[in-house]
Amino acid sequence: MKKHAALPLGALLAVLPSLVFAADALSADTEKQPLNWLAIGMFALFVAITLGITKWAASRAHSVSHFYAAGGGITGFQNGLAIAGDYMSAASFLGISGLVYKSGYDGLIYSVGFLVGWPIVTFLIAEPLRNLGRFTFASVASFRFEQTPIRVLAACGTLVTVAFYLIAQMIGAGGLIKLLFGVDYHYAVIGVGVLMIVYVTFGGMVATTWVQIIKALLLLFGASFMAFAVLRHFNFSPEAMFREAVDNHPNGLKIMAPGSLVSDPISAISLGLGLMFGTAGLPHILMRFFTVRDAVAARKSVFYATGFIGYFYILTFIIGFGAITLVSTDPEFLDPALLAKGKTAIEATLGGTNMTAVDLAKAVGGDVFFGFISAVAFATILAVVSGLTLAGASAISHDLYATVFKKGAAHEHRELLVSKIATVVLGILAIVLGIAAEKLNVAFAVGLAFAVAASCNFPVLVMSIFWRGMTTRGAVIGGFLGLVTAFVGVVLSPGIWVDVMGYPKGSAPFPYANPALFSMTIAFLGIWLGSKFDFSERAKIDREGFDAQFVRAQTGIGAEGAAHH
Amino acid sequence: MHGPRLEAILQDPKYKELVRNRALLGGALSAITLAIYLGFIGLIAYAPKLLGAPLGAGLTTTVGIPVGVLVIFSAFVLTGVYVVRANTTYDRLIREIIEDVKNQ
Repeated sequence: MKKHAALPLGALLAVLPSLVFAADALSADTEKQPLNWLAIGMFALFVAITLGITKWAASRAHSVSHFYAAGGGITGFQNGLAIAGDYMSAASFLGISGLVYKSGYDGLIYSVGFLVGWPIVTFLIAEPLRNLGRFTFASVASFRFEQTPIRVLAACGTLVTVAFYLIAQMIGAGGLIKLLFGVDYHYAVIGVGVLMIVYVTFGGMVATTWVQIIKALLLLFGASFMAFAVLRHFNFSPEAMFREAVDNHPNGLKIMAPGSLVSDPISAISLGLGLMFGTAGLPHILMRFFTVRDAVAARKSVFYATGFIGYFYILTFIIGFGAITLVSTDPEFLDPALLAKGKTAIEATLGGTNMTAVDLAKAVGGDVFFGFISAVAFATILAVVSGLTLAGASAISHDLYATVFKKGAAHEHRELLVSKIATVVLGILAIVLGIAAEKLNVAFAVGLAFAVAASCNFPVLVMSIFWRGMTTRGAVIGGFLGLVTAFVGVVLSPGIWVDVMGYPKGSAPFPYANPALFSMTIAFLGIWLGSKFDFSERAKIDREGFDAQFVRAQTGIGAEGAAHH
Repeated sequence: MHGPRLEAILQDPKYKELVRNRALLGGALSAITLAIYLGFIGLIAYAPKLLGAPLGAGLTTTVGIPVGVLVIFSAFVLTGVYVVRANTTYDRLIREIIEDVKNQ
């Protein structure tokens, strides 16, 4: 990431997801650390407990309803924690605190971007989603439409989003584990993949949910403890914390203001929209709303989740600023060889700036807490990849196999079998791609995941819920246009065209860092025009189905039976 | 659901109130969220100096710190406003609509 520090806004924005996902801690160049037995021991404890839960969950995961949606038996509060656990990745923990450590205020800008999608989910998505759907968001998007085309579209949107997010997390996991535990990259990726397959195939949504809940609690506890220790060091005066940070940081007062994010407002807005509406289109997040009993619980769970996630992002900000004083002034955490080369203390921090939070754990809590935070970081990755795999497997088994291929007449145990096979295949694929893509730019993968979610999944979902005029044809046209333009836009943007593919600077055909502003517009326009000029017989059925769908979305009448099977 | 039962709900004044009220609140809160966020991005893009100004004479803390934290806080508060309103008004209306359907 150091080479990016001097680049202008476009490039910085392009690498944003990699910052957030701790790309440089995660890239192949990370140094292997000596084996950290304390951390491994604590991690082993976490794995043992979660495997125990998986065994318990397996005894109850015999129906598809339990496998996909935990039988609808999760409470609003539990689901709020699980959503937070699904969303707060290790990378946003390490990446944002590392970014704050390196450039100060800019880190807060990213925290804000990752939070603002949640109110939108609450106001527009959560309740209708729960009232209309059962296992996947495709069941909502296809509610009144022809099943096959919409399910295929939604499955494509889901699988592209999941695949790229999953690859990013796998690359991240491998690099991080190598760094934290001193394990070889390949073994680390295989280990994560195998554990994830075990959780999901045997425990389904029940086990995944509890892994996410436990991880969320551990992460919130660990981050709270660190932030508290930082504030106590400064006698609970943020002003003192900022003052000492400015005194100790090579950039001085600059860390207290927005930095290089000023030259290109279009990119900033486009990225902002991508983050905001991408959040509302992530399939593994949407799927969590089917695990609660009804719309009331769904609504409560987003409220809790928003609270936990917002609180967490404020903690990462305190952790990053505190580390400037507590880590960068302590020779224990600095690489003397880099210092001798004239690097600043921030640049010379052991393990790179993305290890800030882990270094701070050692500074404020000693070896035991260091081991704890290392284990939590790993647990965090496991929880996120499990949720992703489950969402991908459901798209294959429920949307493609049971609905499209078997026309809704699949035997329950056959569908369950297909979903387990899909989980294993996705898991193996994730391991293979994670190893093959070791050098892939994580920014590309994550940028694409959010862009597709915002440009394909979100427009189709929100228009199907709220716009009477939408037709099957309009949804398919708009959805696929959004998917393709998001993909092409990311590939042709400077972040990939120049930084990854190596074409000369300024030659990128698409000059902005993120395509969301354009690809979302195209998707909505495509849906609108495609529906307006759809005079087919099917279009009539689609529009006539709106009233019944809308009544159910608003009141939940007809949805009661969905939870228990 | 279809036919006369659906018609009855569509004509129910309570249903109309629910739909109108929820669309209004959800739409307004979404617009406010978007405005706050785009406003924040706008400040970063066009007025970074404003965010970088000290909060008071002799202070290191800048205007941008409370502004950023407030944006995060506002997301939580706006979500809370919706949830409280839905828990009190909408859930009651929905219960009454369901009762009306049963009594027909």
